[in-house]
Amino acid sequence: MSTVNLHIDSHDDVHAHDHEHEHHELPFIRKYIFSEDHKVIAKQFLISGMFWAIIGGGMSMLFRLQLGFPGQSLEWLKPLLGGWIENGKMNPEFYLALVTMHGTIMVFFVLTAGLSGTFSNFLIPLQIGARDMASGFLNMLSYWFFFLSSVIMFVSIFTETGPASGGWVIYPPLSALPQAMSGSGLGMTLWLCSMAIFIVSSLLGSINYITTVINLRTAGMSFLRMPLTIWAFFVTAIIGVLSFPVLFSAALLLIFDRSFGTSFYLSEIYIAGEALHNVGGSPLLFQHLFWFLGHPEVYIVLLPALGITSEIIATNSRKPIFGYKAMIGSIFGIAFLSFIVWAHHMFVTGMNPFLGSIFMLLTLIIAVPSAVKAFNYIATLWRGNIVFTPAMLFSIGLVSYFISGGLTGLILGNAALDIQLHDTYFVVAHFHLVMGSASFFGMVAGVYHWFPKMFGRMMDNRLGYIHFWVTFVGAYLVFFPMHYIGIAGFPRRYYSWTGFQAFDTFTDLNAFISVAAFVTFSAQFIFVFNFLYSIFKGKKAPMNPWHSNTLEWTTPVNPGHGNWPGEIPIVYRWPYDYSKPGAADDFIPQNIPLSSTPESNLPYEAEMVKEEQEEMKASNAH
Amino acid sequence: MISILIISGILLFAIVFALLFRTQVLLNVLKGSYNKRVDVAGNKVHGILFVIFMIVFFVGMFGYHEIAKKDYLPDAASIHGAEADSLFWISMIVILIAFVITNILLFVFPYLYAYKEDRRGYFYPDNHTIERIWTIVPAIVLVILLFSGLKLWTNITQTEAPANSTVIEIMGKQFAWQVRYPGKDNRLGEYNFRRIDPNNEFGIKVEDKSSEDDFIPRELHFQKGNPVLLKIRARDVIHSVFLPHFRVKMDAVPGMQTSFLFTPTISTNEMRTKTGDPKFNYELACTEVCGRGHFAMRFLVVVDEPAEYQKWVASQKSWKSQNEDYFAETLKKVTATPKATETKVHKDELSSL
Repeated sequence: MSTVNLHIDSHDDVHAHDHEHEHHELPFIRKYIFSEDHKVIAKQFLISGMFWAIIGGGMSMLFRLQLGFPGQSLEWLKPLLGGWIENGKMNPEFYLALVTMHGTIMVFFVLTAGLSGTFSNFLIPLQIGARDMASGFLNMLSYWFFFLSSVIMFVSIFTETGPASGGWVIYPPLSALPQAMSGSGLGMTLWLCSMAIFIVSSLLGSINYITTVINLRTAGMSFLRMPLTIWAFFVTAIIGVLSFPVLFSAALLLIFDRSFGTSFYLSEIYIAGEALHNVGGSPLLFQHLFWFLGHPEVYIVLLPALGITSEIIATNSRKPIFGYKAMIGSIFGIAFLSFIVWAHHMFVTGMNPFLGSIFMLLTLIIAVPSAVKAFNYIATLWRGNIVFTPAMLFSIGLVSYFISGGLTGLILGNAALDIQLHDTYFVVAHFHLVMGSASFFGMVAGVYHWFPKMFGRMMDNRLGYIHFWVTFVGAYLVFFPMHYIGIAGFPRRYYSWTGFQAFDTFTDLNAFISVAAFVTFSAQFIFVFNFLYSIFKGKKAPMNPWHSNTLEWTTPVNPGHGNWPGEIPIVYRWPYDYSKPGAADDFIPQNIPLSSTPESNLPYEAEMVKEEQEEMKASNAH
Repeated sequence: MISILIISGILLFAIVFALLFRTQVLLNVLKGSYNKRVDVAGNKVHGILFVIFMIVFFVGMFGYHEIAKKDYLPDAASIHGAEADSLFWISMIVILIAFVITNILLFVFPYLYAYKEDRRGYFYPDNHTIERIWTIVPAIVLVILLFSGLKLWTNITQTEAPANSTVIEIMGKQFAWQVRYPGKDNRLGEYNFRRIDPNNEFGIKVEDKSSEDDFIPRELHFQKGNPVLLKIRARDVIHSVFLPHFRVKMDAVPGMQTSFLFTPTISTNEMRTKTGDPKFNYELACTEVCGRGHFAMRFLVVVDEPAEYQKWVASQKSWKSQNEDYFAETLKKVTATPKATETKVHKDELSSL
């Protein structure tokens, strides 16, 4: 134990820290705004992500009002929505705009930029033992491209014709023709510009993450000693680099069709009283291109959350993650398969049914690595010594959503069953649980867990517990009932169902879902309060509040530029030596040499001690 | 009324959580655990809450299924629909078994293994046998589900329509469906999108003889027990044909023809008896977002006994007979400028994408 403390404390040299500060004091604008420090950029992404989450979540409140209480006068929203409220009713095109922007914002701006942007940036250098990202400048550019794209998307909400409203998948011809709906005018142009810039930001970020992980690992940090968070961020970045350019090309061709009269996606269209000149294009081409990103995007959103969860569950179960190598294998399996399942979104689009069979086969295979991950989490809990920090609760919640939402994927991935369920609320329930709620929980768990490292203070646990229980129960109450509505065939993106005999049921359930959604959304403000309050007034954080093994906890409480005031620690072991038999404490950080823990070394580790000592000698001499 | 419901719901939540919060505070003060790393008693609470949550969750979900059942869609009214339904419920049982087992483990472990100061976690990094089992077992279950699904999918999407099947064209536009029947010759007349105008919504080529007996009714009629081949297209944006009771869905795509072959098995009247609802009607809905009126693209569907169906067909007037003047005028125009403006598009090439 004494060794452990000694080692950690030796880096907590307050004077060295101050000293560092004096020399690297940057003007405010370089330190907090155009910063190249990965920690500052991470916080910029996080706060932008939280801002977008409130906007995106707030939009869902508006359309839940419409869905839960159709016919109720919305006149009181007039001060907020102005002309979009017509005679006390929401304009149906504005309803579609809300749905579209909710999807776009949540998928890209919150769960891609907010999640990967925050935690890849924050944790990669800290956990692999690097002073910063490979290119601080590109990293800064990545954030500011994201910021620009955010501004454009935000402005589009306020245009007179409304923001993009053809669904977040923006299928042409609907999105290509301003005659088809008002949102396909200026709103759509801004959407496309914003997304093009967003993709630039995402690529700059991803290239940086990949380069950093490959090149800047500290001595001893072999790939098989990397925490699962890093594995997840690394593979996510690879997926992003390979798939986002395809969305870019899809968007570019759509821009051509919209503005330059080309016919990539348009053919034989008669609209608004005239036959258009376009022939020979195919709307299906767009769908193939879109989903070639769109499906990997699910994993771009989900894998970082799963990585964060792996780390938090292991730490707080006080147990090594079960099946470390199997976890890495399943990350790679999921990543690879995510590229060859996209057309399961297109079973009933008129695509050749034989292709449907192939994609059905591939889709169901992806369930295997996903199942392995779920089982491994559960096995990690088994016989642990579980500490329920808010982060841990959110991680367990994530696993529950991942299972509940993932299982219905087996039904939707089955083309024969998807015929009936495609574009119904069954799908809405499925992806909001497995991708929406699960990833959101991963993000929140990450904030609770690494808040002490980000701001040097602790978040309030009790508020965290309330936040968790309301959100966990609430999100289930919102999304689980949608399965029933989906089995009853209710289509998505409907402004109202009362026009159909078949769908004129479940009005009470829809009202219930809306109420649950309002409560759940309101509870997020507990989190926002806790977050802002704790930045300034939270309890001062100790150096390693969760008794965790990874390297970020060897930095000072408030790590300065360069992260470690002295030498970067050397890594001697994997990150999951929790509750190791024989060890004095129930955790052994990665920077503790095997030679200093003879009492807990496993037989093969005892043999490695000699090797290790030689290496240490060599590095000392150096 | 609803606002009272909302307010009382919010109040209830507020009270419950205020109580929980208060208990938590009191527990903390009592145990003096504010500055401890782990508040053991408070920690245990979450384990218990997980178990309570699990029980309420299971009871709620299965209980609500019993209540909601009556509002699910009635029995499938097509041959493949019945098969798909049974495969759906079989798959549902399989995933529910997995769901219950994994959730029990997930929520009971936190209860069983909540933090104790005198205990250590069990250092158990891996076990290849267990890992192999839980990779292979789901894989086998998946393969079984997959093959039953593949078989059904291949059956449903077979492209060869039997000789006795009725061909019906469905065209989606903003924001209504239009249907066209081939008439006596059982052949739909050709169309071209440049011929569309307010009189000729389908863009029917008047010079094509087979278009002369085509009729465009206001309702969709199917003959019970007879295969129906829907030829589906759209003329402006993508729509999607959804016949919920027949378990039929297929996108309507501009510039490309799609199709769906199925056999209705229950007539409207039979379904009225079955559901006990004398006003029951089959419906056609749109399930691909297409703009402002997306949610209102309802079209009435009727399934007739064969005799009634023949009577209905016989009573329909052809489109030509209802628009004699337009027909003659257009025919004159077209024959005057032969093939000048039309671009031939090969539909087969497009549909292979």
